[in-house]
Amino acid sequence: MNVSHIGPPEPLAQRLAELRGPAPQRSLNARALAALAANPGCRRRAVLDAAGIDKGAVAQRLGRPAPFGQSPFAIARGTMFESRLKADDYAVLLEPLRRHLGLPSDGAAPLAVPDLLRRSGPAVRAERTAAALAEAAADPSAWTLLDHPLLRLTVAGSPAYLEPDAVVVHGGRCTVVEIKSFPVLDGSADPAKVGAAARQAAVYVLALQETAAALAGTTVAPGPYAVQALPGSPELSVLLVCPKDFSNRPTAVSVDIRRELATTRRQLARMTAVDELLDTLAPGTSFDLAPDQAGLPTRPVAELADAVESVPAAYGPECLSSCELGFHCRAQARCDDRVEQLGRGVRGELGSIRTVAGALAAAGPAAAAGDRESDEAAARLSYAAALRAEALGGCAG
Amino acid sequence: MSLLGTLARLEAVRSGRAEPLATVRHRHLSDRPMVVVPLTAAGESGAPLAVMLGTDRAAPRLHIVPQPLNRTLRFDHLAGFAADLLPYLESFGADVEQVEGSEKDPETGEKTQVLRELCADAPQVIVPNGAGVHHLALLGRSTRFRRTAEDADPGPYPAPARVPLLGRWLTHLTDRAQVPGSSLLLPMTGLLARHWATGQSQLEDQHLAALLAWHPRPEALRDGRADGGPAGAAAAELAETARDGHGQLLHPPAGPATDPRFDELVLAPAIGRYDAAVTALRDAGPQERERAQRYVDRTVERLTEALENVLLPTWRDVWHGLDLLRALPPAAHLAERWEGDRWSYTGHRDRLAAGEPPQPRQDDAVTAARKLAQREREQVRLDVQEALDDPLAMAERRLAGEAFTGEVVEVVPDHDTSGRTPKPRPLVTVRTADHPHADLGREAHRTHTATPQKAVIAAVDQEAGTITLRVMSGMGRKKEPEPGSLPEPGERVTFTLFELTARQSAPLPEPDDTPWTHGGPPGPPDHARALGGAGAPPAAPLVAGAPRPSAVPQSPDASEEWE
Amino acid sequence: MTDPVTAPHPEPEPSPGAAADAVVDRILDATVRPAVGAPRGVVVDSPPGAGKSTLVVRAARELVAAGERLMIVAQTNNQVDDLVDRLASKAPDLTVGRLHASDGRPAAEALRHPNVTAATKVADLAEQDVVISTSAKWQWVKTEAPWRHAIVDEAYQMRSDALLAVARLFERALFVGDPGQLDPFTVVGTDQWAGLSYDPSNSAVVTLLAHNPQIEPHRLPVSWRLPASAAPLVSAAFYPYTPFRSGTGPGDRTLTAAVRPDGSAVDAAVDEAAEHGWALLELPARHTVRTDPQAVSVVAATVRRLLDRGLTAHSEQGSTPLSADRIAVGTAHRDQAAAVRAALVGLGVPVDPTAGPAVSVDTANRLQGREYDVTVVLHPLSGRPDATAFHLETGRLCVLASRHRHACIVVARAGIAELLDEHPATEPVQLGVTVKFPDGWEAHHAVLAHLAGHRVALR
Repeated sequence: MNVSHIGPPEPLAQRLAELRGPAPQRSLNARALAALAANPGCRRRAVLDAAGIDKGAVAQRLGRPAPFGQSPFAIARGTMFESRLKADDYAVLLEPLRRHLGLPSDGAAPLAVPDLLRRSGPAVRAERTAAALAEAAADPSAWTLLDHPLLRLTVAGSPAYLEPDAVVVHGGRCTVVEIKSFPVLDGSADPAKVGAAARQAAVYVLALQETAAALAGTTVAPGPYAVQALPGSPELSVLLVCPKDFSNRPTAVSVDIRRELATTRRQLARMTAVDELLDTLAPGTSFDLAPDQAGLPTRPVAELADAVESVPAAYGPECLSSCELGFHCRAQARCDDRVEQLGRGVRGELGSIRTVAGALAAAGPAAAAGDRESDEAAARLSYAAALRAEALGGCAG
Repeated sequence: MSLLGTLARLEAVRSGRAEPLATVRHRHLSDRPMVVVPLTAAGESGAPLAVMLGTDRAAPRLHIVPQPLNRTLRFDHLAGFAADLLPYLESFGADVEQVEGSEKDPETGEKTQVLRELCADAPQVIVPNGAGVHHLALLGRSTRFRRTAEDADPGPYPAPARVPLLGRWLTHLTDRAQVPGSSLLLPMTGLLARHWATGQSQLEDQHLAALLAWHPRPEALRDGRADGGPAGAAAAELAETARDGHGQLLHPPAGPATDPRFDELVLAPAIGRYDAAVTALRDAGPQERERAQRYVDRTVERLTEALENVLLPTWRDVWHGLDLLRALPPAAHLAERWEGDRWSYTGHRDRLAAGEPPQPRQDDAVTAARKLAQREREQVRLDVQEALDDPLAMAERRLAGEAFTGEVVEVVPDHDTSGRTPKPRPLVTVRTADHPHADLGREAHRTHTATPQKAVIAAVDQEAGTITLRVMSGMGRKKEPEPGSLPEPGERVTFTLFELTARQSAPLPEPDDTPWTHGGPPGPPDHARALGGAGAPPAAPLVAGAPRPSAVPQSPDASEEWE
Repeated sequence: MTDPVTAPHPEPEPSPGAAADAVVDRILDATVRPAVGAPRGVVVDSPPGAGKSTLVVRAARELVAAGERLMIVAQTNNQVDDLVDRLASKAPDLTVGRLHASDGRPAAEALRHPNVTAATKVADLAEQDVVISTSAKWQWVKTEAPWRHAIVDEAYQMRSDALLAVARLFERALFVGDPGQLDPFTVVGTDQWAGLSYDPSNSAVVTLLAHNPQIEPHRLPVSWRLPASAAPLVSAAFYPYTPFRSGTGPGDRTLTAAVRPDGSAVDAAVDEAAEHGWALLELPARHTVRTDPQAVSVVAATVRRLLDRGLTAHSEQGSTPLSADRIAVGTAHRDQAAAVRAALVGLGVPVDPTAGPAVSVDTANRLQGREYDVTVVLHPLSGRPDATAFHLETGRLCVLASRHRHACIVVARAGIAELLDEHPATEPVQLGVTVKFPDGWEAHHAVLAHLAGHRVALR
């Protein structure tokens, strides 16, 4: 997915560009937008993502690079699966679509695959997609496959462009088709991967709702349970096309994304609040890595670390697998002795106690008296410590 | 995580080393466990890349797939895996004991005494982590339906003879692993996390090397450092991230997935060289054949070496983990629970001997319900037994208000005279600092008594910190309690508010009697999932007038391809 | 978001009574006089207080009148005892058998009726018109079933595997329950069955409907319990696709106080709730342990003032003073309930029902199916640093927000909306599992948005 922000520099966009420096803007694709929901409480991530900053490069410069990467074998497998599906005029892809969408078999209703001008710029492509969608939706009896359409979605005031794998239009409505290379085994699939795919597809559905609304000259209706019934409106279930069992043959499964859609909608709406976060930054704050001519960063590490530190993070161990800065933030959390290093759930038992030392002091015999609430947390901790010491026969506690 | 678990983790942060979560070992450990460290090929679910296994820590056996996309090579690999694993699994089948049981005659309903065979011991497979268990389940699923050359209709791609049998054993082991407290197949990360708390999160504990970094390193694993290297969080971070000059992890993950940079920089080139060598061998003229074959062998050796380097650290880690666990004294109820594993093993042995078909792809309604009932029953039994075996486990229940420990301050004899003969109903008052959810009239159970002893909460005096219980049973059949059946003043006692035995599960119908509410007796496979759920209103249909997903049975298992 | 409370009804509707009667008549027809070839099950979705118990009593009477003998399956002993009590008093002409376990005596209220017989063996109840027990007990009944008809009460709380074990006992059944309440659960892994129509950890109704797609669930359309101030919110937040309305109109239910407010925030909240049916008594934001002592003492103080201010509840059933037994306190956790109980005892509020009228203090699980005039709820997310699936569960909030006939006062720390907004949305998705609506996160937002209009800040 190759997507970018385009549009007149708005004041917010201007401020974000200043944070980024001259580095190219990291595009916000559907996966990145969906990932915003992974830790919406993290201001650090919100600011860096909104500014399109390469968090991986920042993490590298800070000395704790993200350990993410994709195996060449996995990439090859994904590419092979998608190209197999689309070979021979989509013959393999059509088979599961036929079963799920009721697409008639060959000849009865020809499948139109309009040219979506894939070599053009994003604005042109998005316009072309919108036009193709309108055209396809106008004839309810027609079957149309939009192969890699480009959709426009307004995020925090500026347009982002998103590219689903395919969209099928029939009966005046459209269905998002998402191709994934994880298998559906005996009818079930890795729930974490399906969840991620559903959140990604929800972004496409939202963009299609915007497109349909724009075509009808209206706006997307608010409310989590509002149903959009305009020409070209997307269905609220999407089709996941995955390898079946241990084979390369595709199978399609329908996934209800209404819940993910509601979440995505609310999270994207919150992104406009990013300017409030920017207001709290010191003037001149920048995440510019100041690369030299060879592209190597020259920004002093301490300076960069200070800039990163000036935006508060909401670290949790889940970040290690979902955010490039995870290892950096973990080191910070450990350095600050924060209890979050042990997991988000831990805080629920410790009330307002935020540090490991504080918790251990409360568990100790001479806990300082505070107010009633911290007394309650301390009393429970010290009771737990007494039970633990008793059980361990005095060799701990 | 409970507050006690959190407290132990907090202590581990401070001390920089793992802190105990148990005073005894809560899982059975075999004298001769089989350690299995699998690796998967990226991009494809359940595709094997290599496996290191063995019962001798000094002599691991390694099997690899030189080209993971090649079906024949995969089968060769699995045949090698089976040849090493199956003899171990089968070796426990011969030594049996006879156990008396009763069986109901299906026609007369009369109970008759029968002798049943129970294997005296059972195998135990240890894998590095939970993902390893999942991988073995996938392997089981992908192989147990394969046809072999010995089948009447072997199909186009027959598997080696023992491969489907491997699949059936792996399926049995991984299914049994779902039963709480079972020990036929155990992940080392889970074993360690049950017994020690680290100063990191549960998520980070999934990395075996990072988890072990919180334990002092034995001499042999200290990499030449006198002080054993950094401790705690720093050591764990090194285990997670430290790389050599070639960008390779010093401590590769315990898999089964490999590090993407290993795939990119080591594995892909090595496989490429192997492919080239194989091509050269195919194209070689008669004079060049021997040299070309040597070249193929050398590329296989290189691959083997690379994979061995990736697997060995984890292999050592698993054995190190076993050493740590063996240092703990076994819990009192281990033998009882291990007997359940022996029954499970014996049952599978018998099904294989009886020539039953492989386990189906999906459980039918009755089997699923039976398994759920078994798991729930075993979970209760495990929780109770761990609490009885280990004061630290009981402390969890006390903290949760489900049990209390204290000193008996008074025993007052009393009787129930409502019946024909008076029965002893003495009052026992216990002073405790615990805060149980002791509602009046609630049943309590005294622990560690010769016969079960039930009591009822009769009075709670919060200011005095005392609880008075009326003892209802476990005192013999006479008018006065049997000597020694009641605690004496000054004695420390523990009462639980939960029952000390798991309740029997209610009977379920036979699968052939599955009622109409559950679709009637099981039909063709795949019917259940194709029906989909119901309940909440469905989302709008995908396309107006589109048919619902069909319930047509899918293609038969044996036709599954591997490409 | 459109405010669900002010959303106008699309068109003029029949009176609540007429609408409900029409549905009940259809249900009874389908149950007692099924058409040839009709499905063997009748499913009735009943939102909170929509006359489910009344329906069960009527269906039982009509089935017995039609010459059938009937078994009734409920889920807990409390539910069984309530049902026996209700059936025996509303239908004195029926003989009712109460089948119970050997280690569980039925409640006195159930046994006080001359037409009730209790026994531990089903053979001893063979002559009774109706036999009632828990699903756990029915599973052990071995007899060749003499029943053709069953009523399964609280069917959404029943697990699929329990239905599997009892379904052999009857040929036809009426399943009644509230899909918005807490789902059944298990503590062991069930992922391998997720998406299967007969997943044993499903609710019994989900399995039944998956295998009997010809069954169209009926819906009771009117809540007789919830006042006009509550039904629209509860309907929109928890039953977005199956709306219902209140049986009473605005102003039909009022609360009046004999004692003037003392100027405190607690009294202001009591007055707000008396006037509008809802109040949010908000403490300053803070992360706390579960048993937040301040919140607990505010809950207790609120109950104390409810009693001290001499409130009278006026409704279509007349005017009655608000006594302790008409008040409930709802919490998410047992230790919270215990803390509230202790605080109430400290304020001299009766909490022991065996010693006279007492305030009920319990968790959402145990308040299911109960009804009170006024409820005080400790918000499940109050003071929490993070939201978990447990605290976000739709059914939990739904139970807590739908127990009252007059008013509900919610006690919470500030900051819940932010907590919800910052909640990571990374839920896994199982293929083939019908998404349950509404999502707890969404429902919490909806309730919170409404409560914000009835906020009383406590400093």
